[in-house]
Amino acid sequence: MGILSIRLPDIGEGIAEAELVEWLVAEGEVIREDAPMAAVMTDKATVEIPSPATGKVVWLGGAPGRMMAVGAELIRLEVEGPGNMKPAAPDTAPDAAKAATDPPAATKAATKAGPEADTEADSEADAGPGPAAEPRPDAASRAPARETATGKASAGSGRAVPAPRGGSGRPLAAPSVRARAREAGVDLRQLRGTGPAGRITRGDLDEWLAGGAPAPRSAPADGAVEEIPVIGLRRRIAERMAQAKREIPHITIVEEVDMQALEDLRARLNAEAGERLTLLPFLMKAIVRAVQAQPGLNAHYDAEAGVIRRFGAVHAGIATQTPGGLMVPVVRHVEALGLRESAAELARVTAAAREGRATRDELTGSTITVTSLGPLGAIASTPIINRPEVAIVGVNRMAVRPFWTGTAFEPRKMMNLSCSFDHRVIDGWDAAVFVQKLKTLLEAPALIFVDG
Amino acid sequence: MTDLTCKLLIIGAGPGGYVCAIRAGQLGIDTVIVDPEPPGGTCLNVGCIPSKALIHAAEEFHRVATAAQGPLGITAGAPAIDLARTTGWKDGIVGRLTGGVATLLKRAKVRHVTGRATLRDGKSAVVATADGPLRIEAETIVIATGSAPVEVPSLPFGGSVISSTGALALTEVPRRLAVVGGGYIGLELGTAFAKLGSSVTVVEAAARILPQYDAELTRPVSARLEALGVRVLTGAKAEGLGAAGGLRVWTTDGHDEIAADRVLVTVGRRPVTAGFGLESLDLAMDGPFLRVDERCRTSMRGVYAIGDVTGEPMLAHRAMAQGEMVAGLVAGERLGWDRRAIPSVCFTDPEIVSVGLSPEAARAAGETVEVASFPLAANGRALTTGREDGFVRVVARAGDHLVLGLQAVGAGLSELAAAFALVLENALVLEDVAGTIHAHPTEGEALHEACLRALGRGLHL
Repeated sequence: MGILSIRLPDIGEGIAEAELVEWLVAEGEVIREDAPMAAVMTDKATVEIPSPATGKVVWLGGAPGRMMAVGAELIRLEVEGPGNMKPAAPDTAPDAAKAATDPPAATKAATKAGPEADTEADSEADAGPGPAAEPRPDAASRAPARETATGKASAGSGRAVPAPRGGSGRPLAAPSVRARAREAGVDLRQLRGTGPAGRITRGDLDEWLAGGAPAPRSAPADGAVEEIPVIGLRRRIAERMAQAKREIPHITIVEEVDMQALEDLRARLNAEAGERLTLLPFLMKAIVRAVQAQPGLNAHYDAEAGVIRRFGAVHAGIATQTPGGLMVPVVRHVEALGLRESAAELARVTAAAREGRATRDELTGSTITVTSLGPLGAIASTPIINRPEVAIVGVNRMAVRPFWTGTAFEPRKMMNLSCSFDHRVIDGWDAAVFVQKLKTLLEAPALIFVDG
Repeated sequence: MTDLTCKLLIIGAGPGGYVCAIRAGQLGIDTVIVDPEPPGGTCLNVGCIPSKALIHAAEEFHRVATAAQGPLGITAGAPAIDLARTTGWKDGIVGRLTGGVATLLKRAKVRHVTGRATLRDGKSAVVATADGPLRIEAETIVIATGSAPVEVPSLPFGGSVISSTGALALTEVPRRLAVVGGGYIGLELGTAFAKLGSSVTVVEAAARILPQYDAELTRPVSARLEALGVRVLTGAKAEGLGAAGGLRVWTTDGHDEIAADRVLVTVGRRPVTAGFGLESLDLAMDGPFLRVDERCRTSMRGVYAIGDVTGEPMLAHRAMAQGEMVAGLVAGERLGWDRRAIPSVCFTDPEIVSVGLSPEAARAAGETVEVASFPLAANGRALTTGREDGFVRVVARAGDHLVLGLQAVGAGLSELAAAFALVLENALVLEDVAGTIHAHPTEGEALHEACLRALGRGLHL
């Protein structure tokens, strides 16, 4: 019986520290070898740290939200065998199970599935249930870190994690604890027990009550205030949005586009075999065409260095709603992809982002971004630029609207584009020309595909 | 018609009803409880208690009768039994207990009305008492009418065909007894009469006896029945009385008639939902049972139901727990049914006790389980009682060692129900039981050892 101290492993990508996002175990719990102990986040990637051994958690190295240096002590386990520390509490219950010596801590890919998220003008929401992190058996090998990013948004504290259940599906607690909880109006299913097998102890309930439990569900007036720590992905989104809005003087242009021709074309293509095409691949290809004439729009502005980097490649960022929050997976080299290739790649990266298995490469390096809320797309929006890019193309909702042909009103499929530009480096004139070009291309989609 | 008003009216004074009444009285609720029989219901009057008395008497008789063949070196003359006296002794126990309950009710200031109640609506009932009808109005009504033996249409009770109640009132040991139904009631009584000298045949329609338990648990019971000379026909159907007064049965071998002086029909129990005006309330049903929610509320406001009338498992201790809860609810306490463990005990020989999930049930519930058992043949105390048949078994979740179920079979092991239920109700893990000192030499050590074995740390095997 010994204490095994586990340090935050080097999770690659040359990082020196990571934010502790969530504990996946609680003190007193028994964790099996390879089961995830904690989730940490670096830049955009959330990585679950698997346990190198089977043992009982006796100490946790900090609260979620804490920045931890690589090599800092993460957790202590009481294990069978010698461990690597002097035993602290000899009176703790012995663990059964196969003891494990300590192989090097390895990182494990976080795998998450999540509910629907809408990115595309007409994407169907795939409403898969999104349970909390479940380590996949195939990811459980102690292979070198396969780094992924996830949309894991966690409240961080133990509160968000449902209590383990017994065979009957009821929370595990002694009758006296259950009675006290009932008296206090606490639903024990909200607590995470620190006892063996996740049993909710008197202490757990005391702590919960001291921490201010939310009002009972049946309460007629709800004066409860829930504090949710802004950590992990949500904090990153908050920082990046604030920085973009603070730094960039946005100019937003809203233009109306007659979509009839493109919709007819899309309908014909969709009548053929193959994957159903959404609007976005057409728009991505139109952007490629438009920035050929205006390369200044497909660029990064490095204000500190005082330099604009124009790119030959068009890497289209696709703003995507994931269970954890907004992410921007990237379709690379749209200029070199055909329409259907663009569609396939778009589907692949957005699905990866939603499911939390997008790689770092798939989440960085965009040169211009498209944002679309699909059917929720409103009449106009004011997109925030994905810094350090200089332009973002917002897609609004398509609808049949009356269109004045010069002689009569015709019902036509109309859609607005709301595009924002970094006014420091893009003049209003250039912005307007770009938007007009997009309008022209989308209204006569043949122009997207013919050269000359 | 005399009128009576109260806050709480309880229909039925069985274990559920009388516990509800006592607790309500303790909580200061003006309570009336009605039952045509002495308090205690089926359990005290014609069920649990008298059957255990008979089982005990039969076991004592059997021990003396077989002592000479045993290894203990005891010889005794051939015993005789005066079953009328046995029944008298048994009735004495019943009388003490029902009298005790009556005293407890009185002490709790509960008014006890003897008579048959008929509900008029959700707020009142009329009781046919010896002094004439009594109209009782109440704010809240608890239906605790219990259950009754199921009759087989081809074998109506009467004459040689008896129910469990009839079997407990016999004054002579029947020479030949046919038992229809190999559930716990039939086997408990059938075993007792076999020990008293009856030639017993058990007819069970299912493929094996005690179908609610797994085969591993019932195997020692089957072995003991065989040793006692009880003939067990499984996959057999009782068809009625034969011309010679025996029991006509159908098996895969064809039709047959079992010679029998008495035919005991124990094919189950059904909830009592008719005969007391329940129809007028038009309550929502759940199959043959009254539908109740987690607070034992029926579909009508102010009307609760507890005990066998509310469904399986039809066990006295479940009814008592429900009754206690409902009394609290009526007193305004914040309660709800959150019990994890309802032990079930079968007083066959050897006894079976089970709490929580069997290995199959746990697996069916999607659990990955570790199952371990410890045989009584390796338990010192069991050996000194001369009964080493049976074992204690634990079912635990593989991941976190939460104990999901405990079962045992063995002579006298029903007493382990207390320990088993504590383990389950308190959500203990294997290590909790393993870390608890169990007294030596007792049969309870088998529980300890079973848990140690589940942890791979067994000491005595």
